[in-house]
Amino acid sequence: MKEKRSDESFFRRLTRHQLFIPVAALLALVLFNLIADPSFFSISLKENSLGNPVLSGNIISVLDNASELVLLAIGMTLVTASSGGQDISVGATMAIAGSVILRLVCGGQVSADTMQAPLFLAVLAGIVVTMAFGAFNGALVAYFKIQPMVATLIMFTAGRSIAAWINNNQLPFINDVAFKYAGTFLPGIPVPTPVFITLFMILVFWLVLKFTNLGLYTQAVGINANSSRLNGLDPKKIKLLTYVILGACVAIAGFIRVSRSGSINYSRIAENIEMDAILAVALGGNSLGGGKFNVYGSILGAYVIQFLTTTLYKYNVPSTALPAYKAVVVILLVVLSAPVVREKLSRMKKSSAKAAKEVA
Amino acid sequence: MYTPPRKKILAIVLALVMVLSLSSVAFAADDELIKVGIINNDPNESGYRTANDAAMRATFTEENGYDATFYNNNDAAQQIATAQQMIQDEVDFLLLSPGSTTGWDTVLEDAAAAGTQIILFDRMLEADESAYVAAVVSDMAAEGETAVTWLEEQELDEYNIIHIQGHMGSDAQLGRTGALDEKVEAEDNWNYVTQQTADWNEETARTIVQSVIDSGEEFNVIYAENNGMARGAVAALDANGITHGKDGDVIVIGFDSDKWAMESVLNGEWNYMGLCNPMQAEKVDQIIKDLMEGVEPEEKIIYSDEPGFDCETITEEDVETFGT
Repeated sequence: MKEKRSDESFFRRLTRHQLFIPVAALLALVLFNLIADPSFFSISLKENSLGNPVLSGNIISVLDNASELVLLAIGMTLVTASSGGQDISVGATMAIAGSVILRLVCGGQVSADTMQAPLFLAVLAGIVVTMAFGAFNGALVAYFKIQPMVATLIMFTAGRSIAAWINNNQLPFINDVAFKYAGTFLPGIPVPTPVFITLFMILVFWLVLKFTNLGLYTQAVGINANSSRLNGLDPKKIKLLTYVILGACVAIAGFIRVSRSGSINYSRIAENIEMDAILAVALGGNSLGGGKFNVYGSILGAYVIQFLTTTLYKYNVPSTALPAYKAVVVILLVVLSAPVVREKLSRMKKSSAKAAKEVA
Repeated sequence: MYTPPRKKILAIVLALVMVLSLSSVAFAADDELIKVGIINNDPNESGYRTANDAAMRATFTEENGYDATFYNNNDAAQQIATAQQMIQDEVDFLLLSPGSTTGWDTVLEDAAAAGTQIILFDRMLEADESAYVAAVVSDMAAEGETAVTWLEEQELDEYNIIHIQGHMGSDAQLGRTGALDEKVEAEDNWNYVTQQTADWNEETARTIVQSVIDSGEEFNVIYAENNGMARGAVAALDANGITHGKDGDVIVIGFDSDKWAMESVLNGEWNYMGLCNPMQAEKVDQIIKDLMEGVEPEEKIIYSDEPGFDCETITEEDVETFGT
């Protein structure tokens, strides 16, 4: 009987763990695919049209296509934690980053066969520009105390027009193989480059969170801005900082996206990605009201979303219906994490444990 | 401490507002100009639309005798709301490229009641011919049929098609899908491997094709309803080392008028591009000028000439003439 008790507490600890929901969702998807069609997991080594070895398969596609979302989810987690709200302009600012980068590498032309500016400089410019837009959003939130969703609504509305304006309303196109390395494959390396970029960024954030106080300060500000101020932190600066960091994440995500094809379509690029990014944060077990956060949960959440998308594509679900399926996930998630439901569930468990006791 | 003289600022602002409103009244009073409201789709949607929108804006200028208001949105509901606003603002002509073919009945009634004349450009809508004075449009169904006929002439043993559709319900999507649907229905050796909308989105098109490749299904035709989506599809083929175009394993078909796409056909990376001519501005301009002098257009619906280009027969001259 004692054992049973510890069993139950183990189960409760498990379900209470922050990563329980994303891990469970991932396992459910893996299980579904294993049963429905195990060939989902097959990976094959092929040669792409440039003669480079490449790995191909659904799992590779998931890892590859989730990259932008993972980067956004990392930044979005920090913003959510510090300001208790979300930045809904990330898709639009991704368009801006992509537009800046393409404008520089195309040298202001509509199309170019070779890069007209060093790639490093172009990406750096993209990062600086979106960090500036991040600072704009952050300033509105931190200093003008505007609700994050309202503050970022400005860039959400204007961002794609700004992106179009940067390139004089042209849709630039670059045909340089070297530009597309970041979004496709490096010669001789069979794993898609975005996977490496994402891993690198995750590593950077791991180091930053481990060796600086960013995580602690962000949480402190998110839990109670006033008391953190009394303890010598500047909540405004920290909120601003998280938005600027998100800006940097957006730029890299935008860079990956435009280097997949070497082109941009302002009104379509990264459309609705902000919703997926917020969903990833929620899936990761983070409170959308700010405070305590777990960046790895969000990262896992992002992969779960892409896994779901890829699975639905495999079963030929119309792409217009994808948002509906995601909506189902959101509903389940929100309902499951609602305090009322949680309380009921734990009460149900208690009473069933009681019943078990009586039977024994 | 210096405090800004609020009253003074207020006075200046008010004065400015008055001057500005007076000057706009002065403009409106200038009845030499023909007042037109132009409702188009989002210019950033595709290279085709960029060219189309730029041509409209270059034609309907004050120098050319027009007082034009532009509105761009792909969402038909927004377009309809704006159209009603424009009719209330008493435009003489409403130029319309509808985002969807249905839902325009109230606009057409309002326009008839207000005496606003409607000219459709680029895309049709479902209505009686009497609802508009002229339509300078692409025959989307004919574009689809031309492409499908061309595809049939390639005499493949079996047609396993990845069909990437545009924005569902748009004239372009309906026309280009219709012809292919019919053929696939009629012939035993024509099959869809998948039929998905990518909503004119290149990235979604790439994902759709990659997903088919990942599941190991065989295909030999990509029928993308615009060039951007065809390019996305080709990116997925390239990433997996699947040959395409002239002498390739997969036939690639795109639509519209982008120069880079025509170059892709010219150098054999793609097999076919169905032309959709974005240059209706001049013709619409001519029709309006004629109507102002009381000359009705000879035909109500004027279709642009829209051939398809095949990688075997396309010439550099074609690219120069039709590419935008």
